[in-house]
Order: sequence, then C-alpha cells, then structure tokens
Amino acid sequence: MEYFLELLLGGLTRGSIYALIALGYTMVYGIIELINFAHGEIYMIGAFTALIIASVLTFHGFTGFSVLILASVVAVIYSAAYGYTVEKIAYKPLRQAPRLSPLISAIGMSIFLQNYVLIAQTSDFLPFPNLIPELPFLEEYSHIMGPAQLLIVITTAVVTIILTLFIKFTKTGKAMRATAQDRNMAMLMGVNVNKIISNTFIIGSALAAIGGVLIASHIGRINFYIGFIAGIKAFTAAVLGGIGSIPGAVLGGLVLGWTESFATGYVSSDYEDVFAFLLLVLILIFRPAGLLGRSAIQKV
Amino acid sequence: MNIFSELKKSLIVALWFVFLTFPIMVIRVNTIEKIIEWRWRNMLIIAIGSFLVSLLWRYLLTRKQTQTDSQLEKRPLSQLIFEEPKVYKPILVLIGLFVVIFPFIFSSYQINIMTTALMYVMLGLGLNIVVGLAGLLDLGYVAFYAVGAYTYALINHHFGLGFWTILPVGALLAAFFGILLGFPVLRLRGDYLAIVTLGFGEIIRLILENWNEFSFGPSGIAHISRPGFMGINLNLNESIIYLYYLMIFFCLITIFVINRLQNSRIGRAWIALREDEVACQAMGIDKTKTKLTAFALGATWAGMVGVIFAAKTTFVNPASFTFLESAMILSIVVLGGMGSIVGVFIAAMILILTPEYLRAFSNYRMLLFGAVMVLMMVFRPQGIVPNVRRFYRFRRVTSNPGNLYDKSS
Amino acid sequence: MKKFDSRKVFGLCLIVLFSGFLFAGIGFASETIKLGVAGAHSGDLASYGLPTVKAAEFVVKEINAKGGVLGKQIELVVEDDVCKPEVATNTATKLVSQGVKFVIGHICSGATKSALGIYKDAKVIVISPSATNPELTQSGAYPNFYRTIASDDAQARLEVDFAVNKLKVKKIAVLHDKGDYGKGLAEYAKKFIDSSNKASVVLFEGITPGAVDYSAVVQKIKRSGAEAVIYGGYHPEASSIVAQMRKKKMKTYFISDDGVKDITFIKVAGKYAEGVYATGPKDTSKNPLAIAANELHKKTHGSDPGAFFLNGYAASQAVLNAIQKAGSTDYNAVSNALKAHFVETPLGKIKFDKKGDAIGVGFSIYQVQKGAYVEIK
Repeated sequence: MEYFLELLLGGLTRGSIYALIALGYTMVYGIIELINFAHGEIYMIGAFTALIIASVLTFHGFTGFSVLILASVVAVIYSAAYGYTVEKIAYKPLRQAPRLSPLISAIGMSIFLQNYVLIAQTSDFLPFPNLIPELPFLEEYSHIMGPAQLLIVITTAVVTIILTLFIKFTKTGKAMRATAQDRNMAMLMGVNVNKIISNTFIIGSALAAIGGVLIASHIGRINFYIGFIAGIKAFTAAVLGGIGSIPGAVLGGLVLGWTESFATGYVSSDYEDVFAFLLLVLILIFRPAGLLGRSAIQKV
Repeated sequence: MNIFSELKKSLIVALWFVFLTFPIMVIRVNTIEKIIEWRWRNMLIIAIGSFLVSLLWRYLLTRKQTQTDSQLEKRPLSQLIFEEPKVYKPILVLIGLFVVIFPFIFSSYQINIMTTALMYVMLGLGLNIVVGLAGLLDLGYVAFYAVGAYTYALINHHFGLGFWTILPVGALLAAFFGILLGFPVLRLRGDYLAIVTLGFGEIIRLILENWNEFSFGPSGIAHISRPGFMGINLNLNESIIYLYYLMIFFCLITIFVINRLQNSRIGRAWIALREDEVACQAMGIDKTKTKLTAFALGATWAGMVGVIFAAKTTFVNPASFTFLESAMILSIVVLGGMGSIVGVFIAAMILILTPEYLRAFSNYRMLLFGAVMVLMMVFRPQGIVPNVRRFYRFRRVTSNPGNLYDKSS
Repeated sequence: MKKFDSRKVFGLCLIVLFSGFLFAGIGFASETIKLGVAGAHSGDLASYGLPTVKAAEFVVKEINAKGGVLGKQIELVVEDDVCKPEVATNTATKLVSQGVKFVIGHICSGATKSALGIYKDAKVIVISPSATNPELTQSGAYPNFYRTIASDDAQARLEVDFAVNKLKVKKIAVLHDKGDYGKGLAEYAKKFIDSSNKASVVLFEGITPGAVDYSAVVQKIKRSGAEAVIYGGYHPEASSIVAQMRKKKMKTYFISDDGVKDITFIKVAGKYAEGVYATGPKDTSKNPLAIAANELHKKTHGSDPGAFFLNGYAASQAVLNAIQKAGSTDYNAVSNALKAHFVETPLGKIKFDKKGDAIGVGFSIYQVQKGAYVEIK
C-alpha cells in the first residue's frame, strides 16, 4: 500500500509539471489552433534564466528561498517576453497562411531556440542551486514526498485555480474565450484579437517558466535539451485531456504522470513512454476529442 | 512611410532584443569554478544586428504584402517554365547529362552525400502522398523508414538474404504498418492525427530500443551487406557509385509513379479529401479506402528507402529514427511546396546538402536551419516551387471553335 | 535545340571527364601526412568529442615543431559526425576521399561501427579514444580498429567484482539509460553477477534519459531491497537518481561507470554524490605526461580538459609513433608497428594487442570522498 502511495505521489509531481506546460499548449491551441512546438523551448529558457539569475545571486552570497522567488520572477518575465516575441516573429505573419505553415515555422523556432541556448551557453548539464528549504515537519515523510515535490504540487494547484478564475471572470479572460470560439465574431464584437493572442502567449509562457523553475530545482540540473522531451510529453497531456480545455490539460497531465509512474512501478520503466503513447492512442480512438474535450459538430 | 519613424521602430526593436537576450547572451555562469563571465560585446552585436534585421524584415514584409495585392493574377515563374517545352526540355536534358556524369566528376564523398540527398527526395515524395496530396498530417513517418531499414538489417543478419530480395519485402511490410496505423486513426482529423502518428513513430523506435532479443537494442546491427550488382561484389568506391545510380533510378520511378498517381482516380480522391472531407464523402468517395491507400502508399516508399538506408550505411540503430528525422522530412515537403514534385526535389537538396557543405559553421548550422525554416514560412509559405493547382479556364471562342476549354496544368 | 550535335556533346563530356580526373590528381599529390579526427564536434554530444580534437592539435603541433614524422609535416583533418551513424558514413567517405590514412575517432560506438565499414575497405587505421563497445575489437570483424580505452565488459567485470567481493552485497539492482553504452554495460554486469553465484540481480531496468524525474524508478529500487545499484550510463541521469535515492534516505551503494566519473557529476549531485563509486581509467594524476598535457590545455584554453582528452592524446601519439617506427605510411607496416612498440603516453606505456585493445590501459574503482574522486586500491 505504501508503495502504491509513493507511486501515486511520484506520478502527481510528474503530472503537475506536465500540466503546467500543457496549459500553455492548450491555451494557444484553443485560440489559434496551432501546435506551438516552441513551447517546450520557452520552458527551457525559463529554467535557464532562473539558473543564471540564481547562480549570479548565490555567487554573491545570497541564499535561501528568497533567491528562488526572485529568480522565478525574472524567469517568468523573460519567458513571457520570449513567448510574445516568438509569436510576433514566427506566427503572426502566418495568420492567413495554410494550416501547415505555422506548424513548420514552430518546429523551426524550436530548433532555433534550442541551438541559440546551446551556442550562447553550453551543451553541458548545469547544476541548479538547491534553494528549496528543508521542511522539518516533512522529515518524517521524506521517503514519500520531499519539499520540492510538495512545492510543485501546491504551485500547480494554485496556478490552475488562479488561471481558471482569470479566464472565467476577467475581461481579458472573457475576450480569450470569445476569440477561441469564433475569431471573426469576436473581432466584430470589438475584441482586439491580436492583443488577445499575444496575451495568451504571454500567459502560457509564464506558466511554462514556472514549470521550468520548479522542475530545475527538483531534479537539480538542466541543459538546453530538456524542453524537447517535456514539450512532447506536455503536448501529449494536452491532447489527452482534450486540447483547448484548461481543466482537460491539468487532468491530462495528471493522467499521463500517473500512467508513467505506475507503468514503471508495476511493469517496467523500459516501456514507460510506450505506455504513455499507447494510452494516448487508445483514448483518442475511443474519445477522439480527448477526455474533457467537446467534439465540435461539423457544419457543412 | 517616412524613414525617421522606420528608424525609430527599429531602434525600439533593437532595445527589446537587447533586453530579451540579456541573461542568455551576456551572462555565462561557470557553476563548477563559480565564475561569472560578462560578455558585453555580445550585447553590442545583438543591438546592431537586430536593428538591421528589423529594418530588412519590415521592408520584406511590406514588399510581400504589396506583391500579393498586385500579382494575384500573375502566374509563378516555375509554372511558366514547365509550360513551355522549348524551355524545359533542354533544361531537363542538361540536368540528365549532369546526373549521369556526376560520379565521374566529383569525389566519392560528394557522390555519397548526393545519394543521401536523393534518399531524402524519395522520402519527401513518399510523405508528399500522405501530407501533400491527401492532407493527412503525419509526424511519425520515420517509423516506416525504420520498418524498412530493420527488415533488411534483420533478415540479412539472420538469413543472409540480399538487397534485391528484401526490397519488396521491406516495402510491403512498411505498407502493412501503414495500414496498421491507418485503421485506428481513421476517425481522427488534423492535429489529433498528427499527435497520434507522432506517438506511433516514438513507439516503434522505443520498441526497437528496448526489445533486445528482437532488434539487438541500442547497439544496433552492423555488417549489413551492400547491394550486389548481378552477383559481383563491388569495392567501396564502386558500390558508392552503384548506389548513386540506383538512387537515381529509384527516384525516377518514384517521380513517374507519383505523377501517374496524381492524375489517377485515387489521386483525385486524395486531393478531394484534402480539400474537404465532408464534400468528398458526399461525392461518393470511400473515405476509409482513400485514407488507407494514402497511408499504405506513403509508407511503401519509406520502407523502400529504409532498405536502401540500411544497405548504404551497413549499420542501423534506433537513434537514426527519431522525431527530428520526421520533422526533417516534413520540412522538405512543406518547404518545397506541398504536393509539388520539383519542390520536394529542390528542398531535399537544400536541406541535406547545405549542412554538409556548411561543416565549417557546424556549430551554427542547426541554428541557421531553424531560422531558415521560420523565414521561409514567413516570406514564402507556399514553398519554394509551389504546386500548381489544376484549374480549367473558360476562354472566349475566337477563331478556333473546336478549342472551347484550355486545359492548363 | 532539337538537333543535338552529337560530336559537340561528346567532346564536352570528354572535357568534363578529363577535368574531373585532373582534380582528383591534385588531391593525391600531398606533401603532408594527413591525420583525420572524427567525432561529435557540434550538437548535444560535442562535449565528448571536442577534447579529442584539442588533444590531437597539441600532439600534432608538438611533433610538427620537432620536424614532423618521417620528415613530413602532419596535417589535421577534423570532421564532425554528430555521433549519428548515418552522418558518420559521410564523414568517413569524406576523410577517405581526402586521402586520409589514419583517423583518431570516432567518439560514439554506433557511429564508429557504421564508419568502420568504409575505413576497412579503404585500409584506413582507426584509433578511437572513447568507443567502448566490446564487439568492436572482440568480434574480429574490424582488423583496422584500435582504441585507447578499455572495453565495456572489462569495466562491468570490475564493477561486479567490486560489488560482490569488496562490498559483499547479495542483491543488486542493475539500471541503464537504454543507450548503446549504458545498456551494453548493464547487460555485461548482469551476466557477470549471474555467473558469480554470490549475488543476484533483483532489478534490471532501463530508465528514460531526459525524463522529468525518476521517483518511480527509485521507489522500485527501494522496494526490490537491493543493497547496491549498478548503473550504466552518463552522469546527468546518475546524479538525478542518486539525489532522489539519498533524499528518500536510502543508503544503497551506487556503483557506476566512467560516464559518471566526471567532475561535473560531483558538482551537479553536490552533497548527494558522497560515497558514490565509479570506475574510470587508471589514475593518471601522477603521470608527468598527463600533468603536462593538462597544464598545456589550461594554459591554451583557460579551462580543464574535458572527457577523453588524455585518451585522445594517447591515440594521436600512438599512431604517429607507429608511423615513425614503421618508416612508412603503409597500412600493414603501421598496423604491425602499433602492435609491436610501446609508446609513452599520458595514460602510461601502451601498445595494442592482436584485437586492437590497448595493453597498459586499465580501469580502477574510484569513490567520491569530500567532493573529489579518490582511487580505491
């Protein structure tokens, strides 16, 4: 039973990270129907920025949780700025182009950003300073859940709640939903669609940066390539949950995290990813719109 | 448009990029030695570079805008070339001549990379059936490539059968896998299809990596025999040249077949499917059959190239069949111009040959590769040689009453 | 244009053909001995390939300053293979067509295997500083292949002997990163444990490199009751696994390979690295040649040399020495010289056995003690 619990919590941590990145995918897809392949790279850039800031600060003698907070804030700002810029360069000129063009542009952007970090920084793994404080009350349960995992789960929960409220009640949130439903109609209703799309990219990228900082301080090392695998997994999570749906992305992330965790725990980690993708294929065959997605009725 | 405001805009862009690239370009932390390196020179380069690029960028964008407005009626140059037999026939003859004497002019290295490029031409043309003609976005195309390569590698390893025997086997097996993938994804459309095919590609690679008893795992299979020529064993140089001619031959066949397919009943059905699935069904086209044939035929080519790949490198391991490879083939199709054979040809040459010739810039080549993909899409989303849409134009009856419709292709 | 003047075309062909041969002719008339260096010099594995390039540059510079080999200067031809088998064949053909007869490389075993097919036909001698796959020498299929690093099975043997005889553990978990190197090593380790009859393998698993975290695998190790973990793979994943094991208060021994015996591992894993065992090439820190080579690197490039630097150094020295001893660049003569004469390198005195493995290059066990690897005698 304890083993089960451990796997459950392990899967929860992993799934939370997937969920944080998947949120960005799903929001962008919901609005402009684009698989933003560069999203994983934004996550990586977030982690790198945080690493650089945190390292500079720790070298100058600052330590502790406040450094992590400061580094996260800078990382969030920078990731959002990168997300915004990427949209302006690679996707905005392609609004009217055929469906596949922005996708290729996104793949190109992803390759570009990876190599940009590789050349400007390094191909080696860099250690991420350990800034999460040890929590004395968790000491007893440290075999099940450490402070980093706790932080990840709590942050994801808080962020998801804030995001849901934001989308539901603020003016921008409403405009985003309107744009997702029907871009032209929203435009006619006086929504500044370009601005809304930019905002979506900014919010999605900020979430990815939070995920990046959290995972970097949890596993303690990053390199330029971490965004690629995390991106593909997160995208899988988004599709699993029903792309375009925010609770779907979170659910998809968690389901994916648990699948991988239990597959490793009870079967073998050799086929961890095979299970993840098989799950995706099966769910899509039986529920082509994903777990929480609504299948759109086709009008002719 | 006054120059002053343009300059001001570019200045803002430059400042923005200085801000954006500050942590990653300027600061480098050496976490081992605990040294911080400040590279202020990079900041200056970024500032000047982004200032100039943004000027150029906006100039090109406006030019593109005005061009699309004024040139709507103007037909692309590529199309004009192919309409005029007097122009394209000598070009074809020249290219043919060049292709034939190529191995005698250049070193075996040049021939080798040309063979690689031709393999990608074939892969691109195969994927073109699925993506370009039938409009099914396939991100796991490399899986069929892997099936072909492993078919040859395994059968050759265990039973010692030769290249020519396995070639059809590999192609058929890949087609079978194509149908296997096709069935479950029949109901999916667009991006869902893309992600499932991506998953499928990864699954095949992971199985090859983990199932040691079957595929020898990540260490791969070595000593695969090169193709024999009428039972004669060739030496290295000869076999490189032989493979080159083989690839030329296969490419010609591919082009021929795809050209014929395009104009056949099934080809028209694919195009109809791509344009509008619902309308296509309403016209009485069997959607299942059409989709499955697209997957199967696309996979067949990948399987064949897979066999050739194994024979060329004489070694296969799962690391050659990653998602990046799929992305590369897809880029060839899209950069070349979806559905366009000449486009695929040119795009494959550019994407495969430039990295080889740009080895001096090896650090920057992937960076450039990514940038070129983005730039191409922004400034020329229809591809290098856009596919010419078939249309029938009504022409006023003049002197020749028999010629009511002018078919232009 | 319909009427071709066939004579004109024929003449044109002849001219083109002739000029082709002319170019080829120029390529062969060389005054230098060309030494190829192939490996991953860009991309994510560049950090494994570039140190060898630098090592070869140092050796060649030194020898050229002394007047070269056989009175000829050495010319380095550096080519990138990004560690991909399909690119490696192109790299190999390029080197061969440039008239290279001796190659230092390749870095990854997979790329080496695919390139060797071409080198073998062209009679090019290949010395790898880092390709450890046992088959490369033991299968006997590559007579032109040598290496200045011990093979995987030797390493696995050492790890297992250490775990079973010194640490006296009964239950061992064997993990690997599903890669060519890691999985091969893990399989040998499993085989040796099974045949030792003193311990059993309680878990044999591949982990996914680059995965978000490894908590599930770590739980599984814990559940299996393993007293020691033998891990085949590189340091990034190893540091994550060790850190997660220690965070969960597991005191399981962690034994790994020379992909982990890297200073980066200690820096990344920090305090969690303490007590980790890793096999690595015999201690060279007291070898004056190694000290000199490291110093030279520090002075020229301002940093410590990276992975396989000394192996690359030794490989370059070995091949140039063999050419000198053979008195020619003839394939057979140099092959014999490589096997016959010892040469002083930073790795110690080495020569090659019949299969191509270096004699005099071995492995020792190291342990992380107070933030540094210490050799265990």
